[in-house]
Amino acid sequence: MSFIDTLLQGVLLGGLYALFAAGLSLVFGIMRLVNLAHGDLIVLAAFLILVIVSTLGLDPFVAAVVAAPLMFALGWVLQYHLLNRTLGKDILPPLLVTFGLSIVIQNGLLEGFTADSRRISAGALETASVSLGNISAGVMPLITFASAILVIVALNQLIYRTALGLAFRATSDDVVTASLMGIRPNSIFAIATGLAMVIVTIAALYLGTRANFDPTAGPARLIYAFEAVIIGGLGSLWGTLAGGIILGVAQTVGAAINPEWQILVGHIAFLLVLLFRPRGLFPRAAD
Amino acid sequence: MTPGLETMTTEIEAPAGWRVETRTRLSTIFAVISLVAVLALTAAPFLVSRGVIQDLFFILTMLALAQNWNLLAGYAGLISVGQQLFVGCGAYALFGLVILAGLDPILAIPLAGLFAMIIAVPTAFFAFRLYGPYFAIGTWVIAEVGRLLFAQWKMLGGGTGTSLPREATREMLGISLLQDWFGMRASAAADALAYWLALALAALTIAFVYKLLRSKQGLGLAAVRDNETAARALGVDARKLKTAIYLLTAFLTGIVGALIYLQKARISPDAAFSLTDWTAYVVFIVVIGGIGTIEGPILGVIIFFLLQNAFSNYGSWYLMALGGLAIVTMLFAPRGLWGLICDRTGWELFPVRRLLKGGPLRQDDKGGPNG
Repeated sequence: MSFIDTLLQGVLLGGLYALFAAGLSLVFGIMRLVNLAHGDLIVLAAFLILVIVSTLGLDPFVAAVVAAPLMFALGWVLQYHLLNRTLGKDILPPLLVTFGLSIVIQNGLLEGFTADSRRISAGALETASVSLGNISAGVMPLITFASAILVIVALNQLIYRTALGLAFRATSDDVVTASLMGIRPNSIFAIATGLAMVIVTIAALYLGTRANFDPTAGPARLIYAFEAVIIGGLGSLWGTLAGGIILGVAQTVGAAINPEWQILVGHIAFLLVLLFRPRGLFPRAAD
Repeated sequence: MTPGLETMTTEIEAPAGWRVETRTRLSTIFAVISLVAVLALTAAPFLVSRGVIQDLFFILTMLALAQNWNLLAGYAGLISVGQQLFVGCGAYALFGLVILAGLDPILAIPLAGLFAMIIAVPTAFFAFRLYGPYFAIGTWVIAEVGRLLFAQWKMLGGGTGTSLPREATREMLGISLLQDWFGMRASAAADALAYWLALALAALTIAFVYKLLRSKQGLGLAAVRDNETAARALGVDARKLKTAIYLLTAFLTGIVGALIYLQKARISPDAAFSLTDWTAYVVFIVVIGGIGTIEGPILGVIIFFLLQNAFSNYGSWYLMALGGLAIVTMLFAPRGLWGLICDRTGWELFPVRRLLKGGPLRQDDKGGPNG
């Protein structure tokens, strides 16, 4: 029974990783930009929620709703004024600028919040659980997983059913032709990054309520997000969810064998996928 | 070489007196100056205090790391943020060989480089499967795997790390010689020895990178950087070239790692595989100095050292400013400080451009490139 329990925990953890990954995937899909500061932006959003919770005394879920537009604005400004300047044929500038950004955010948070690890309190929800037959699952992990599915459904609807999604896809396919059709790529990119930051806020809410975090937690989140994307295969959001689940299961199984192996087993699962299916398990895009 | 290419070459060389050169008058002067500088630096342990030697050691090891990363990212287009893997592997190999196998540290250093290069083979196999920007994070993941694996190695202290036995550094090769000849104390002699090795390593790395860039392979590398498809169509084996550079920089980075930790004499997985110390700083040095130039990292490391001395007490503010400086540099002066200097003055201290020299200078009325 404990094995099924471990498996369930892993699957639910995978929902969190899919949330980490969805924003990264969206940005890469539309503008081929890999944001090395993605993990640090998640942690930044978690601190933002924490500040809103502690100063306004709001419920974390309400605080996330307040934080989301702020993060959208941050993402928009970041993309419009900084990252758009780096886009081009050369992959070096965006990588190095986001790498610099990652260091700046990390150390800014260290300066503002010290190295202490924090946690967003979700009250009674934290310990609540529901039993499904013989096994029980925490309510928070279940909500996390449900949110991940919701986010992916919503993103797919947005991308394939709305005018904005059409603009996203057009810009992704061919920037020049899209701009001939009256689309302003710079604005589209800024909106996409803003949206990614909204997803980041949702991810941050569950990161902060699930476990302790500190200013240096960002890079590890980036790595999990990246692994989920690559395991799932580029270009498919459902693939990213599957990738997150595989990573989550690998980590919880690893932790069940030896607590020190949790992260290591996750990495090894990633490397195995890379070895046997270099394009991921459910690839969709050509690049 | 294809026969067609050879014919072309002879056609170009036909007018008497023409020759292809990369040397300029400035570079000749600079070569003499740098030779004198290397000689002066070699004599430094006899002239300046131990503190200065330790500072110089730090500068030289960072310079060697920066030149390696510059070769990788600036010339081969392989933007790795996982070079800490090779620093850590080199350092751990040194500690393993000295503590567990009882080898002399000086002999262990090249073996440590070899170990890092061996580790680079499977790393390249995995990382090269990832496209462009994903390569960067891929190398980072593999470096994390390295850190986690070495943290499991209980004989070398596991997650908390271990120290080199004092006798090992006191009795390493050449120490007694220095003690007898120059009357140095054992600890000063160990510092001096590590310093000379760092100096030799930094100088050889620069010489090697320069030689590589002026060779046929260097030309191929530049071609791949500018247009990979076109370069491949002309017969440049881009993948082989990139793999060779990746393995080579792993070897050199491993040696630097071993040297740094020989000097530190204390290792832990978190420190030896630190992203900040061995990759972030190195990236900033190269970017601020000027990526894709040999002069850039030299200039960058000097700026980095001055900033470090002046501001490192400010901790995270300092790192924030450094990151900000790198972002601003990348946006407004993508070729770094050296690029700015080069644009103003036209200086090239390590010229790699092939210039056509000699022969008569003919002026005709054709205009365009001939006029």
